Amino acid sequence: MRPRTRKILLIYSVLVFMFFYIPLVVLMAFSFNDSKLGTVWTGFTFEWYVKLFNNSQIIEATVNSLIVAVITTIISTVLGVLGALVLHRYIFPGRKAISFIFYIPVVIPEIVLAVALLSLYGAMNIQLGLLTIVPGHVVFATSFVILVLLARLAGMDNALEEAAKDLGANEWHTFWKVTFPLLFPGILAGALMAFTISLDEFVVAFFTTGPGSNTLPVLVYSMVRRGVSPEINALSTILILLIIFFVSIVGWRMMRADRKGGEV
Amino acid sequence: MVRNIKAAYLMLSPTIIWLLAFLVVPVAMIAIISFTTNTGFGGILYEFSTEAYTLAFSSLYAQAIWQSLWWAGLATLSCVLIGYPFAYFIAHAGKWKNLLLLLVMIPFWTNLLIRLYSWIILMNNQGAINNLLIKLGIISEPITMLYTPFAVIIGLVYGFLPFMILPIYASIEQLNQSYLEAAEDLGANPVRTFFRVTLPLTFPGVLSGIVMTFVPAVSVFVVTDLLTGGRLLMIGNVIKDAFLVEMNWQLGSAISLLLMALVLISIVILMKFTSKNNETSSFM
Repeated sequence: MRPRTRKILLIYSVLVFMFFYIPLVVLMAFSFNDSKLGTVWTGFTFEWYVKLFNNSQIIEATVNSLIVAVITTIISTVLGVLGALVLHRYIFPGRKAISFIFYIPVVIPEIVLAVALLSLYGAMNIQLGLLTIVPGHVVFATSFVILVLLARLAGMDNALEEAAKDLGANEWHTFWKVTFPLLFPGILAGALMAFTISLDEFVVAFFTTGPGSNTLPVLVYSMVRRGVSPEINALSTILILLIIFFVSIVGWRMMRADRKGGEV
Repeated sequence: MVRNIKAAYLMLSPTIIWLLAFLVVPVAMIAIISFTTNTGFGGILYEFSTEAYTLAFSSLYAQAIWQSLWWAGLATLSCVLIGYPFAYFIAHAGKWKNLLLLLVMIPFWTNLLIRLYSWIILMNNQGAINNLLIKLGIISEPITMLYTPFAVIIGLVYGFLPFMILPIYASIEQLNQSYLEAAEDLGANPVRTFFRVTLPLTFPGVLSGIVMTFVPAVSVFVVTDLLTGGRLLMIGNVIKDAFLVEMNWQLGSAISLLLMALVLISIVILMKFTSKNNETSSFM
């Protein structure tokens, strides 16, 4: 790149980063603002955080989100590992059609799956509640677990498994002693992905949850619809800080791996 | 590769059953519902009717459909124009690359609702932008930004720009440097090299970015819901209202299917363009 091009691109990228971050910084700043209107700065306060931690609705919604995310993670990780292993190593009739079905959740608009599930529950007279969110979340999460694991399996050395078999290990032993340990970082990455997808997901949760069992995104939606309130700013600030924390950990690991020249 | 078919099916069966029960069957159900007769208040009479589709294409709903195609298209185009040079810069940032990428990941992982809320604070009539402009003496009366198509475009671009940046970044990153050197050795200037070599070779990344941005942008309902207070409608709003407010399940189902058809068509077009055999496409 010529120096002049680099300079222009640098300024341009700084502007894009400002576009990304100014709204978030303003949002976080106003969580410490001493005014209920939340748009004019009047003074510093922690009041909204105190209110937040005494807000039973938010605590309940957080617990709900965690329950749904944990169940989703467990189911979709198991389903995803099975799916990825079979797709990676077996050739069988219908393989193409099945992998196509696995790919649909990646591209289907969330709202279509959401109303489809709502119709299913309606037709079968299933009472909506917190757990009716799980099937939809598992559908989305499983596909991403499979994607992550297939990428991992593609980079795995088959020779190690063959060596284990040559040395007399049976299928079961080979899987638990060789394949699983090699695959474990991938499984962990997939599980983490499933957990995050479920925690963050709004549309399916909004349509398929029962009255009174909000997840955190569903609660945030109804709070924002009611209007600007510094309590939402405080809640958002905490969530953004958590994301910064986790992204930093991933980044730190990435840079460490870079220095070692290994993989993440 | 192993050819033990029985074991393969056995291991696959839990995953397949789950996806059949909670993806294929529900979608088939709304396909059926869309052709049934509406008896009002969520009633479904199993008698063939194309009324829902006639209604979907009537002026009231067709407008919302065209509106969302237009807004999502405009937002996607803006994302390409904003995202490509930005991704190009990050891919060439040397030792800063990882750090800059992480700075993209933070808004990417932040919940869309929170990010939209941050724009409500900025674009309010009494919001940060209007306050600043009034203080600077540029305007004397606040400009209405919320409740306008402008707010919708801002929300769509802000919401889905990371989906454009990441695939473009990946394709620039994977670009084989020797092609660029070859072009240079053969006497092409940097501009020519960019338009004749870099851009065509990274086009698959742009295309998958377009799908990743357009699909959520055209189907989202929270952007219009939160930034225009539901005054402007997109396809997602129409589907949501059909199911939750008007209780016209036939209409909601029909529009959902049209939306899905639209998405599938755009993906088929994308796959026609990219016939490269990498791991993700062999997954298909």
